[in-house]
Amino acid sequence: MLKISGLKVKLEEEDKQILKGVDLEVGAGQVHAIMGPNGSGKSTLSYVLSGRDGYEVTEGSAELEGVDLLDMEPEERAAAGLFLAFQYPVEIPGVGNMTFLRTAYNAQRKARGEDEVSAAEFLKLVREKAKDLKIDAEMLKRPVNVGFSGGEKKRNEILQMAVLEPKMCILDETDSGLDVDAMKLVSDGVNALRNEGRSFLVITHYQRLLDHITPDVVHIMANGRIVKTGGPELALEVEKNGYADLMDEVQ
Amino acid sequence: MALAKAKSDATEARLAGLSLPEGGASWAREARQDALNRLTGMGLPQRRDEYWRFTSPAEFLAPETPRAEIALDAPGFDDTEVLRVVFTDGVFDAEASDDLAQENLEIERYADAVTKDIHWIKGLLGVLETAGQNRVDRPFATFNTAFAEDGIVLRATGKVSKPVHLDYRRSDDRAEAVLRHMVRVEDGAELTLLESGVGAARLNTGMEVDIADRGTFHHVRMQGRDHERRAATHVFARLGEESVFKSFTLSLNGMMTRNEVIITLKGDDAVAHVAGAALGDGRDFHHDDTVFITHDAVNCESRQVFKKVLRNGATGVFQGKILVEPDAQKTDGYQISQSLLLDEDANFLAKPELEIYADDVQCSHGSTSGAIDETALFYLKSRGIPEDKAQDLLVLAFVAEALAEIEDEGLAETLRGQLAGWLERRR
Repeated sequence: MLKISGLKVKLEEEDKQILKGVDLEVGAGQVHAIMGPNGSGKSTLSYVLSGRDGYEVTEGSAELEGVDLLDMEPEERAAAGLFLAFQYPVEIPGVGNMTFLRTAYNAQRKARGEDEVSAAEFLKLVREKAKDLKIDAEMLKRPVNVGFSGGEKKRNEILQMAVLEPKMCILDETDSGLDVDAMKLVSDGVNALRNEGRSFLVITHYQRLLDHITPDVVHIMANGRIVKTGGPELALEVEKNGYADLMDEVQ
Repeated sequence: MALAKAKSDATEARLAGLSLPEGGASWAREARQDALNRLTGMGLPQRRDEYWRFTSPAEFLAPETPRAEIALDAPGFDDTEVLRVVFTDGVFDAEASDDLAQENLEIERYADAVTKDIHWIKGLLGVLETAGQNRVDRPFATFNTAFAEDGIVLRATGKVSKPVHLDYRRSDDRAEAVLRHMVRVEDGAELTLLESGVGAARLNTGMEVDIADRGTFHHVRMQGRDHERRAATHVFARLGEESVFKSFTLSLNGMMTRNEVIITLKGDDAVAHVAGAALGDGRDFHHDDTVFITHDAVNCESRQVFKKVLRNGATGVFQGKILVEPDAQKTDGYQISQSLLLDEDANFLAKPELEIYADDVQCSHGSTSGAIDETALFYLKSRGIPEDKAQDLLVLAFVAEALAEIEDEGLAETLRGQLAGWLERRR
């Protein structure tokens, strides 16, 4: 599904190398987790994959189903099936959540050469998805993320994911700012969307999210590289001993 | 002295060949003559006048009417049931208009009203315009009082169910129109006035609105999309106790537009809201909103909300003032003017002013100028929305606060549609 090879990335504005050669392959239907201390480059990886400005790829490649991602505009990557759930979902006053979702949905369909759907059809579709995820339809009437609690914002991300039906989902520190109950709700949403055709890359600092979303593979990232890869037990090890022990061991 | 000389020369040049309208009742002739005297006294403005620092008056001063291509304009307010009043090239067009009759409304041509020896507008014509010259000269409004021959006269005596729609049309690419509208909203009455259309190559409209106690007046105006428009408009309003005045203007394109709104809150507990959104593209776009609100009674509320979206070297101007007289305690005044600059060539010039003589007053003002929020833009793009569409969404979001000032949801939707159309056509 997603194949990253020797990816090196620096900041566009300054001479600072953030990713120093990342190799990663996520198979169809798999859930991979990336853990790592602050500043290890986890979030940068998610931004580079989704096409945010401000980064320069100096070497390496990233492909989604064999198609080069790095050459595409962010909206083209989305239409190709990539989705980034933001660590800090952006508030957009004045734009209704429903308008936003429908515009995104139809733009992706159009980009793929499919017919756009009418407002009425779309409303029906969104209501169903919201119901499946136990999301209050009231949230759809409000401006995008404005006045949403931390939990509501993250659930709104999951709703977008459910509606847009991406193939490859990147969750960037989705657990940050969530209490235990909210984290459970969000995780349930993610689990409901897991299937054999959809892959996930879950970026997190803490192991606790992985109690709810069980990964197939866990990677530890540090200093711009993936330094260790293992099964779910690796996350537990980090939780128990911290990153410092692990770093010593790697070095 | 040099300025005074320049002004009197400009006035002389502009008025050469013009003469006051003939006929009319004696009171109307007097009001026009008085206006002409005042106009020659104050003189037409020059760029050096403080009030015209950001907007060159040259287009309005040129003695000859400039040519302006007649562009197709989207008809306005088609989805609203209205009493349609059409002016073609600045002259009332009876054939294209509806019958001038509606319940709770007295309506007639200005050209007819000024011929009658006894008419209620006798006590109003030029009165609000003259009072509105407090602290600053508004010579183009005085020009309007002197030279306007046609327009509409409205007196609401109760709740007027259908809005009156002034539909400006043009057949002549050098049409010069000077229109005068007189409005009186009686105690407890309600009236909605709509304006739209091309109007003229050079348009000067003046409106005096007198709202009695508990009266309500809504005004919604669409200017656009004819680009080669030069328009100087003035709305003067006087508000009685517990009365309500709300005005909104959507401007799309326009090489030279100056909209002035001058309001005096004269009765306690009155409410005045003035808002507008202007979208301009290109170096030859210039739009100026100039507002002057005087609080002269207790416990009144005023709001000014103006948004401008500018790109490719377009210029937007806002001059807004709140004047609070010594006895106007418990005043609540709010003023915000914001611009969204879609590129580095666009210009926004703002002069917010407060002048307060009462001590128990709440007044706030703010003016900002900014670019598109890149984080929001990326968020939208990351969901598959192409750059131009994402930008349009953010533009609509930016003007939403101003559009929210329109109370009637149907009218707001019509304007939103016009706005979206403008964005889609890229102009």
